[in-house]
Amino acid sequence: MSTSSYLVQNAAVLGGEPTDLLLRDGVVAEVGTGLAADGAEVVDATGLVALPGLVDLHTHLREPGREDAETVESGTQAAALGGFTAVHAMANTEPVADTAGVVEQVWRLGREAGHCDVYPVGAVTVGLQGERLAELGAMADSAARVRVFSDDGKCVSDAVLMRRALEYVKAFDGVVAQHAQEPRLTEGAQMNEGELSGRLGLTGWPAVAEEAVIARDCLLAEHVGSRLHVCHVSTAGSVQIVREAKARGVDVTAEACPHHLILTDELAATYDPIYKVNPPLRTRADVEALRAGLADGTIDIVATDHAPHPHEDKDCEWAAAAFGMLGLETALSIVQETMVDAGLLDWAGVAERMSYAPARIGRVADHGQPLEVGAPANVVLYDPSVRRTVDPARSASLSRNTPYRGMELPGRVVATFLRGRPTVLAGALV
Amino acid sequence: MKRHLLSAADLSRDDAELVLQTAAELRSLADRPIKKLPALRGRTVVNLFFEDSTRTRISFEAAAKRLSADVINFSAKGSSLSKGESLKDTALTLEAMGADAVVVRHGASGAPHRLAHSGWVRSSVVNAGDGTHEHPTQALLDAFTLSRHLGRGKAGSLDGRRVAIVGDVLHSRVARSNALLLATLGAEVTLVAPPTLLPVGVDTWPVETSYDLDAVIPKADAVMMLRVQRERMNGGFFPTPREYSRRYGLDGRRMATLQEHTIVMHPGPMVRGMEISADVADSDRSVIVEQVTNGVAVRMAVLYLLLGGAQPGGEE
Repeated sequence: MSTSSYLVQNAAVLGGEPTDLLLRDGVVAEVGTGLAADGAEVVDATGLVALPGLVDLHTHLREPGREDAETVESGTQAAALGGFTAVHAMANTEPVADTAGVVEQVWRLGREAGHCDVYPVGAVTVGLQGERLAELGAMADSAARVRVFSDDGKCVSDAVLMRRALEYVKAFDGVVAQHAQEPRLTEGAQMNEGELSGRLGLTGWPAVAEEAVIARDCLLAEHVGSRLHVCHVSTAGSVQIVREAKARGVDVTAEACPHHLILTDELAATYDPIYKVNPPLRTRADVEALRAGLADGTIDIVATDHAPHPHEDKDCEWAAAAFGMLGLETALSIVQETMVDAGLLDWAGVAERMSYAPARIGRVADHGQPLEVGAPANVVLYDPSVRRTVDPARSASLSRNTPYRGMELPGRVVATFLRGRPTVLAGALV
Repeated sequence: MKRHLLSAADLSRDDAELVLQTAAELRSLADRPIKKLPALRGRTVVNLFFEDSTRTRISFEAAAKRLSADVINFSAKGSSLSKGESLKDTALTLEAMGADAVVVRHGASGAPHRLAHSGWVRSSVVNAGDGTHEHPTQALLDAFTLSRHLGRGKAGSLDGRRVAIVGDVLHSRVARSNALLLATLGAEVTLVAPPTLLPVGVDTWPVETSYDLDAVIPKADAVMMLRVQRERMNGGFFPTPREYSRRYGLDGRRMATLQEHTIVMHPGPMVRGMEISADVADSDRSVIVEQVTNGVAVRMAVLYLLLGGAQPGGEE
């Protein structure tokens, strides 16, 4: 890698007054106005917002096993284009990331790709089967230094197993990220349970199936004094349960996904499985509650749940289709649309929800730090003033299952720097 | 009429009455020695059945043949749900064969909707039953049967007539389509089921609901019994088949509480002894066999109108 340095000129750091940032030797070397280029390559950031590199706590990179849907290479390219400098790769690969060997493989693939840092998530239970704990300590001690454990895609529904997992990961400051879905209440579930599911004849996924598990897990975490992270909160009731648990002092954090901040279950009436996701799209009232929860800090972070699927797994009837949608390249735009432009969050709030907090939860030391002298030079430059129409064909992902096809969204990532090295410049991969 | 018939909600009152009036004209054919019209000569109707349903398939087949259409039966058991050929590839195959109408039965709710709106085929799509969603031609034949027995004035009007639909509403495509269509035609529909077999949000449907069969049927002009599928019996929706029969089955004792003119309907196939007793099914009130006859006439009308005829028999 070249050791060239970059002078970012006139960037609105966290939306503030125009400032120059000198990125050199992998760190933010100087911050101020009118900084001398001094041999550094100049990047004109006039009109752009500078944010710390985004950190995604919930990404499906599909490798190993489903390289037809995504690879670490393509997924991290999509991440860089979305302004991310770190992603957490979920464990539901084939084979499952439930051993030190698999997490080290994913970690190594991320380093070789070099588009953003990849932090593997370890499975909580062997094979995601929900029967016995995987070797959590071995994954924590591996080169991948796993701190986030999740059976995402499946719920750790057994109360004893969940309790033990919460307790066990305390030994290495880990966190269990729960996919909250009561399995018996959601057998064959296809979409949000409500008036529409009854009319469309699609099996309902009731809000209570999420809320009951979150309530139980908050009580368990409180009881054993562990920290808990709740994946993809999707209902108003869940927001309220997390809010009350936090008020009691429970060490719980929660995430919301971009699609749950903008899309509603009405879209299922098209029977187009591009809108099929788990947990499902909910009602307008749920969307409003999630936005309010994200604004007041009840929801700590935005996480993408980027879930690539090959075309044939979506180009079929609803019930046969796979759950999930792309998210990395549109996340920041959707947060701008639903939170910033709506006056619910400022850019400092976006930095907290999409960089600082996810890095804290994942115990990632090299990311999620304020853009100050000495901090790692992980930076995203974002133009909030433009609008663009989402074209799936232009995605770096190997998959095309974006629900935003043809939708006009605000903002565009202009540049992303990973430890001072550009991964994206002028809106294109370097 | 719209180009496809996917849901009973696609039919305005005018549309529905047109189908029923057309069916009434076509039904007289059934009593003639030569049961055939040239109306759809040269047109191709494909029966695309991903689920077994001999009754519905032969009904559509008879309807298309009586209109002189060419009929291709495509039984594609093993949809993409079971990793066979995908719905899309099957659709592309049919398109290549030049189908003018595709009659589709599928286990997945919304599959006909996908077929009609995905750009895979250009032909008209008729929903012949999709998952737990809808079965609009069944509702049309039920409405036709109701109007022949209870009709007021012009064909199709069911204004003020009370229809009780009894049984597993939750999983019933027949109930969904009937609730929509019969309400469109002015009937007052009451869905009767144990609370576990009523869908969430049924309070927003254009119907009444009740858990008490005995309270509803003495006021009904028609009682439509729904089949309880065997796989539901052990699903925890109700304690035992016997308890279900006692509370929601139509037997001789309950039949005695019906009004003189009240008819008994069933979309078939029946589970005798479960939701309906043999003496009720075979009684004079039962119009179950007539429903089958009417099914052919109604499906003829649907195919005729979708494939763009002006008046039956007016061509050639």
